[in-house]
Amino acid sequence: MIYALLLIPAIAAVLSLIIRKDLLRRLILILASVSHTVITVIAWNVETKSLMGGWIDLDKPGLLFLTITSILFSACSFYAFWYLAVESGKRKQDFEEGLFFTNEPEAIFCSCLMAFLATMTLVTVSQHLGLMWVALEATTLASAPLIYFHRHHRSLEATWKYLLICSVGIALALLGNFFMVIAASVPEVSDKSMILSSMIEQAKLLNVPWLKAAFLLFLVGYGTKMGLAPLHTWLPDAHSEAPSVVSALLSGALLNCAFLGILRSFQVCSAAGLGQFCRELLVLFGLLSMAWAAIFILGQSDYKRMLAYSSVEHIGILALGIGIGAGATFGAMLHAVNHSLTKAMLFMTAGNILAVYKTKNTKSVSGIMTVLPVTGILWIAGFLAITGMPPFGIFLSEFTIVKSMFEQGKAGIAILFLAVLALIFIGMANVFINMAHGKKSDSVNVSDRRESVISVFPPIALGFLTLITGLYIPPVLNNLLHDVAVIMGGNL
Amino acid sequence: MIFLKILNTVLALITAPLLLGIINRTKAFFAGRNGQPLLQPYYDIWKLLNKGSVYSIATSRIFRIGPVVGFSVVLIAAAIVPFGGLPVLLDFQGDLILFAYLFGLSRFFTVLMAMDTASSFEGMGASREVTFSALTEPALLIGLAAIAKYTGYVSLAQIFSSINFDAWLNAAPAFILIGFAFLIVFLSENSRIPVDDPNTHLELTMIHEVMILDHSGPDLAIILYSAAMKMWLLGAILTGIVIPVHSDNVFLNVSAALLFMLLLAVLTGIIESSMARLRLLHVPQLLIGAATLSVLALILILR
Amino acid sequence: MNNTLDTIMIFLVLTNLALLGLSRLGTCIRIVAVQGVVLGLVPLLMNNWHFEIRLAAFSAVLIVLKGIVFPRLLTKAMRDIKTLREIEPFIGYSSSIALGTALLIICMWLSSHLPLPVETISELTVPVAFFTIMSGLLLIISRKKAITQVLGYLVMENGIYTFGVTLVEHQPVLVELGILLDVFVAVFVMGITMFHINREFDHIDTDQLSNLKV
Repeated sequence: MIYALLLIPAIAAVLSLIIRKDLLRRLILILASVSHTVITVIAWNVETKSLMGGWIDLDKPGLLFLTITSILFSACSFYAFWYLAVESGKRKQDFEEGLFFTNEPEAIFCSCLMAFLATMTLVTVSQHLGLMWVALEATTLASAPLIYFHRHHRSLEATWKYLLICSVGIALALLGNFFMVIAASVPEVSDKSMILSSMIEQAKLLNVPWLKAAFLLFLVGYGTKMGLAPLHTWLPDAHSEAPSVVSALLSGALLNCAFLGILRSFQVCSAAGLGQFCRELLVLFGLLSMAWAAIFILGQSDYKRMLAYSSVEHIGILALGIGIGAGATFGAMLHAVNHSLTKAMLFMTAGNILAVYKTKNTKSVSGIMTVLPVTGILWIAGFLAITGMPPFGIFLSEFTIVKSMFEQGKAGIAILFLAVLALIFIGMANVFINMAHGKKSDSVNVSDRRESVISVFPPIALGFLTLITGLYIPPVLNNLLHDVAVIMGGNL
Repeated sequence: MIFLKILNTVLALITAPLLLGIINRTKAFFAGRNGQPLLQPYYDIWKLLNKGSVYSIATSRIFRIGPVVGFSVVLIAAAIVPFGGLPVLLDFQGDLILFAYLFGLSRFFTVLMAMDTASSFEGMGASREVTFSALTEPALLIGLAAIAKYTGYVSLAQIFSSINFDAWLNAAPAFILIGFAFLIVFLSENSRIPVDDPNTHLELTMIHEVMILDHSGPDLAIILYSAAMKMWLLGAILTGIVIPVHSDNVFLNVSAALLFMLLLAVLTGIIESSMARLRLLHVPQLLIGAATLSVLALILILR
Repeated sequence: MNNTLDTIMIFLVLTNLALLGLSRLGTCIRIVAVQGVVLGLVPLLMNNWHFEIRLAAFSAVLIVLKGIVFPRLLTKAMRDIKTLREIEPFIGYSSSIALGTALLIICMWLSSHLPLPVETISELTVPVAFFTIMSGLLLIISRKKAITQVLGYLVMENGIYTFGVTLVEHQPVLVELGILLDVFVAVFVMGITMFHINREFDHIDTDQLSNLKV
């Protein structure tokens, strides 16, 4: 079962390199992604058994993040089908500076896309901290060529920053792994393997100072990859320069995977009785990320960068939710689901807008509603969803987190949280509404109207899903989220 | 015993200018020349002592006091620095601080003398001297502190009598670092290449030479002699660290130390023949490097 | 053996300080290469020079990569773009050295507050490993050229490696896998990126990479 999850995208990655026909390759992309999702859904109902002596297993948190990744990926594969068809062609002119550039060969792009899925799957199923680190490093390597799809200097700059900053971060996380091993090298610990379940069992015996240092390094290392401020600097560049479909995956799936890395070390630390220490750090980083993102969202003139900063904000909310604990942990887990769905939907919509308007500047885009009616509705719906308006899912998850803050008497944090959210709402409302309404921009050519079914269907589907989670959480999902929240130290 | 104590100082007084002679001969050898006689520095000093002095009307009393202060300072230093395990005339707790700041005092007067001539040219040299010495001093002091910490004494005589080859076995890395740091201090304090070039009279590069341009006759002789003494004393410190021979035979100890001094002079000559002067901008880097080595040694010893 | 490892640690500190104070890229590349080779011998040293194929292979791969392949790659990149020096770093050389010394003291202090739960061969390994990581980070932050940043990354990686090899003894697979992946793949990709940057901009001054702002 787990083998199938890992092997399907891996084989598809190899096939993509071999196959010459573009259409066939794109179909394989869709086929592999959808079958990956189908197997994931089956994994919900079937007990999986652990592999490789416990190094690989699908536990509850892993299942949750795997599901998010898989669903997003399926949606993105349809979108990519359309995107690749539109983008094919040899030489293109850059619409910002008028430079000529070529795109990356489609075979490499598809192959990296599938490898990206395979490595992210490995992150979610690895139970061994070292293996997880390897998988996360592999996600960086698989995704770097994706960001460099348009071969011009701005995307190269973004790729360089992404590689350098993430490699440094991930190297620090390796050091964190070493610290974990040293913490476990006290003679009382009998099973010195880095397998999560045995680490948690023996957590009380671990050496405390080294464990603390290890958590710090994990937080900084994986936090870089996850986009926690002030380590997020690669994120806006990479998200704005990558093709929209890749931005959607980075934001919706990759950040979550890095978050899972932090959660795993948090599991060990809280079992060792360091919960309080870790929570305070998470709250600090969470609030900092939110505030930082809010500052850059206000007055942002590039809508893809705005979405990227919004990711920083929501990553902050995730960290904050785990840091608050109790009911907020459930909220944070729900938030991870909702944010991924919503953000992927928004990035795809942004991709559609970009394809027609050919600019990322918010000032030059207006009248989406008249030019692209469906996309316009999606854009407004996405805006309402991402800023936490009912009836969308994010409202519910943010509400759960705030409620838990008040219940625990942390009113100060709650007020700060709400103030930042309000600020971000104002900043985004200004931009989104101006873009959607008004007269259509002069630069838009009417014949350019390309609102094909396949380009709007994936965002509609994702938007629909987040609407559902806002109105009614299915009992299956509720149970899973509840179980994960309990594992992560929350109680309802 | 008192004989040995006096010998320690007298040895410094007699042999110091010889070091300059050896350095010059080494440089001549590498340049393929015969070079001046080994005793040339003595002749120079004697010649200058027999000449009259010329004083600019712009100078004040400080200009005349300077050389005397400089000489008395090295005389006191010669009384507290042990050479080759010999006992010293003067010895008290904390005299290593005195040692470091005696040179500070002499430098202070050299700078004042240079300023006193009211020549902007000499003022420039003074400014460079002060800049570089501010960086050399930490290297020397921290290095001395590291040795003091290791031996547990704060007097030069006690420190150097308690360093022996066992110390090298126990803390070799720290001692190597201090050795290199003090070598750089030795070169820098004595205005040798790569920090300063004693032979140059180019205004852009001079440091020490430029400050004493206005001196003549006996004054210049005393300054030259003091400079040679300073070189001897710093060399003695380096000797005490690198070859701490403490046998029962005094003659053996002193000759080992003298041999090392000879090697040090030759080494200086080789360095001067093989290296170019560093650009003024890069000198601070070298000196900070020396200070860093000292700090590193101190850290190693503190652990 | 204790003394040998101590000496290697001191050597590491000195090379780090030298890297912070030097501007010539060629010299820097060579210093990092020597650092890599010396560190490549440490696993054998840790094993008391007993020959073991797995260890020897690990060492050999590291020495070949860090001592031959990377220096060649970086030297070629350096020649291609005709820059021999790091010009005007964000933090000057003298201040870099001074900062490095301060960092060293901080690392010493830090490691004295993190007592190891196990016995170690040399007390210097923890602080020196920290210091090497820190100076690598300092190089990445304070220099402008992409080559120097890659060098900084390598130095930092050397620090992590020192830590792993000398202290994490009962998880050799994790260490070896981690280090090899870290070194090999990351720098491989960086090399490719550098090649592309070079082609696109005709220089590798990352300071010029400032089109993407806020």
